[in-house]
Amino acid sequence: MIYREAGQFKTTYASDQQLFPILQDRVFVIGFLVFAFGVMPFIGTEYLFRAILVPFLILSLAALGLNILVGYCGQVSLGTGGFMAIGAYAAYNLAVRVPDLNLIVIFLLAGACSTVVGALFGIPSLRIKGFYLAVATLAAQFFIDWMFARIKWFTHDSPSGNVSAPPLQVFGFPIESPEAKYLFVLAFVCVFALVARNLARGAIGRAWMATRDMDVAAEVIGIRPMAAKLSAFAVSSFFVGVAGALWAFVYLGSWEPLAFDVNRSFQLLFMIIIGGLGSILGSFLGAAFIVVLPLVLNQVPGWLGVHMSTATVSHVEAMVFGALIVFFLIVEPRGLARLWAIGKEKLRLWPFPH
Amino acid sequence: MKQLLKSKAAALAIAAAGVFGIAAETAAQSSNEIFMPVLVYRTGAYAPNGIPWADGYVDYIKLVNERDGGVNGIKLAFEECEFGYATDRGVECYERFKSKKPVLINPLSTGVTFALTDKVPTDKVVLFSTGYGRADSADGSVFAWNFPLLGTYWSAADMLVQHVKSKGPLKGKKIALVYHDSPYGKEPIKLLEERAKVEGFQLILLPVTHPGVEQKATWLQVRQQRPDYVFLWGWGVMNSTSIKDAIAVSYPRLQMYGVWWSSAEPDVTPAETASKGYNGIALGHSSEKGLPVHADMVKFLYDKGKGTAKGKDEVGSVLYNRGMISAMLSIEAIKAAQGKYGKRVVTGEEVRWGAEHINLDAAKIKALGFGEIVQPIKTSCRDHEGVRRGRIHTWDGKAWSYTSDWLEADNKFVRPLVEASAKAYAAEKKITPRDCSKEG
Repeated sequence: MIYREAGQFKTTYASDQQLFPILQDRVFVIGFLVFAFGVMPFIGTEYLFRAILVPFLILSLAALGLNILVGYCGQVSLGTGGFMAIGAYAAYNLAVRVPDLNLIVIFLLAGACSTVVGALFGIPSLRIKGFYLAVATLAAQFFIDWMFARIKWFTHDSPSGNVSAPPLQVFGFPIESPEAKYLFVLAFVCVFALVARNLARGAIGRAWMATRDMDVAAEVIGIRPMAAKLSAFAVSSFFVGVAGALWAFVYLGSWEPLAFDVNRSFQLLFMIIIGGLGSILGSFLGAAFIVVLPLVLNQVPGWLGVHMSTATVSHVEAMVFGALIVFFLIVEPRGLARLWAIGKEKLRLWPFPH
Repeated sequence: MKQLLKSKAAALAIAAAGVFGIAAETAAQSSNEIFMPVLVYRTGAYAPNGIPWADGYVDYIKLVNERDGGVNGIKLAFEECEFGYATDRGVECYERFKSKKPVLINPLSTGVTFALTDKVPTDKVVLFSTGYGRADSADGSVFAWNFPLLGTYWSAADMLVQHVKSKGPLKGKKIALVYHDSPYGKEPIKLLEERAKVEGFQLILLPVTHPGVEQKATWLQVRQQRPDYVFLWGWGVMNSTSIKDAIAVSYPRLQMYGVWWSSAEPDVTPAETASKGYNGIALGHSSEKGLPVHADMVKFLYDKGKGTAKGKDEVGSVLYNRGMISAMLSIEAIKAAQGKYGKRVVTGEEVRWGAEHINLDAAKIKALGFGEIVQPIKTSCRDHEGVRRGRIHTWDGKAWSYTSDWLEADNKFVRPLVEASAKAYAAEKKITPRDCSKEG
């Protein structure tokens, strides 16, 4: 009833090909963006920005990058943490060694560095598939971890291996206040989500998906597997690298290689599996599930006025979180994004399901 | 399918409640209490060591409230936040507490200390790192808000080198550093490298990956290279694993020296009597029971069922004492601030002044009930460390006992390194160091 596309005729190719062909979707997305950019900065608390929204948005971006590789192109990767580290350390080195470089340029160049390394580690994907590829990318993760922990040049000879980002500013505006950080990250994420969405529904995305579904068949119909796979690795690593640079500069401020260890790779992979493989929205939902839910669970007993010892609270958090992962994977193995799609279907028919 | 939608709606509702709950929480703040955030890790691989420290820290805050009615009549409010020694969760805890106007934080994690160092000057929160943290923050002219009180890792490493040197010249000898591969474990490397140049010993660096339960390869290297001494820079389960693996490759425990975070009861008891002879540097104190402050803990808290630890046996263990001393120094900083600014709820800036003017001589420490477990400590704008003394203690299979005289880090050697490193930090962060001769 509310969500009905009857009467929305597409009379031109342009209207049929637009990003959100359904009016309600368009209104919703535009309204959401207006809220996120225009209203949120005025109503959010500092905690909400610094501890929830900024990490959520940055990890969404990383999950989006990984989703391009795993969800759209079907190449399983466990090296995401490593590619984030490449972005972070590349940005650090650029910022320290080339002062006066614009922050946005730094982040994009950091993404470019990650692209090169990602494409390099993507080469094995031309010969191996599935679990074997996952193990090969795991090697990338460990190599990159080792590189930043041991080669002092990358950390500017910091005695403890810990490096910290210089003060952030873009075109003279300092990115210091929680609102500024939030808007800065949000802008990045929106632009990249738009790029990802358009790539995925364009020729490249179709090549990726054909490769994912059956690579032999894809080759037969004229898709070059090397170009498809390597471009997926490159684009994915670019996204992940930018996310890594944002994570280090905007969220952490000061970091060590442990911030990008193999657990980060697993965390991102779980995000897209729970959120939905091959879905832009799924990357966001998955990131929200993995990042925000534990924090909420940790604070629920406090809001309910239940007094538990700190240790019990964190045990309960781990148990409930684990149970919820199992629950969602059982009720919808295709992820939260699929649940959302089912909800939309239902709304179309409501209140007269046939 | 309907059920599905319902559960999803419920999940959304919980999430929404969360977001608004946080906003609501900020409103409920008492205006006549000083808020002390407590970052703890009572779960995970570091819990064996995190628990006693947190118990001691919280118990002392409780004791001050119960026995003295607060600090000069101002009650202390506190709240724990579990972060499992994970830096990102620790920072989240800090952000969560910020709305409650904390004046001072002591995270018990070098990683979190590094992460917060950039944040505390803008938020006006004093950052204590009692016996840990970044060594160069002893230079208060650059690190105005950091206080690595009681001794930094560079002081610890320097004292350990002095101690092994007293057993015979180090020229041509080999010292292995088995360290937790994190900022914590890497901190002493710089000093040890400098010392190695001067003393002529060879430094072997053996990193152990977090959380440190797998060290067989490391100890095989120890067996191969046969260092004359092993310095252990571990934390949590890594310590007990190191001692067990040292036993497995029959490396003599007598030649092993732990830093003060690697020489407490939870580290040696898992290996039982085999840890006999294992040494550590004590941060001014070891396991000490029966001091007046311990008696007060039992009288005011444990006898009334208000203690934080599981039982009163824990009161006085190495890490319990360290937590207790850390809380005591925080409260002394608040007292010093109140002495200057008035006996009221003091702000972060005022406590920073107080922390820079801690001056406890032996008599004052005794009056607080701490006997001799804290060495006289005096901070200033230039020196945020306050004291750099320690002793070696050795595990005899049942208890720790002191086996050396007092050692003191050679400030003539350490200080130039501190200043050089602080200067590099100031340049990178574009901080203008304060002129300490002008600070009152």
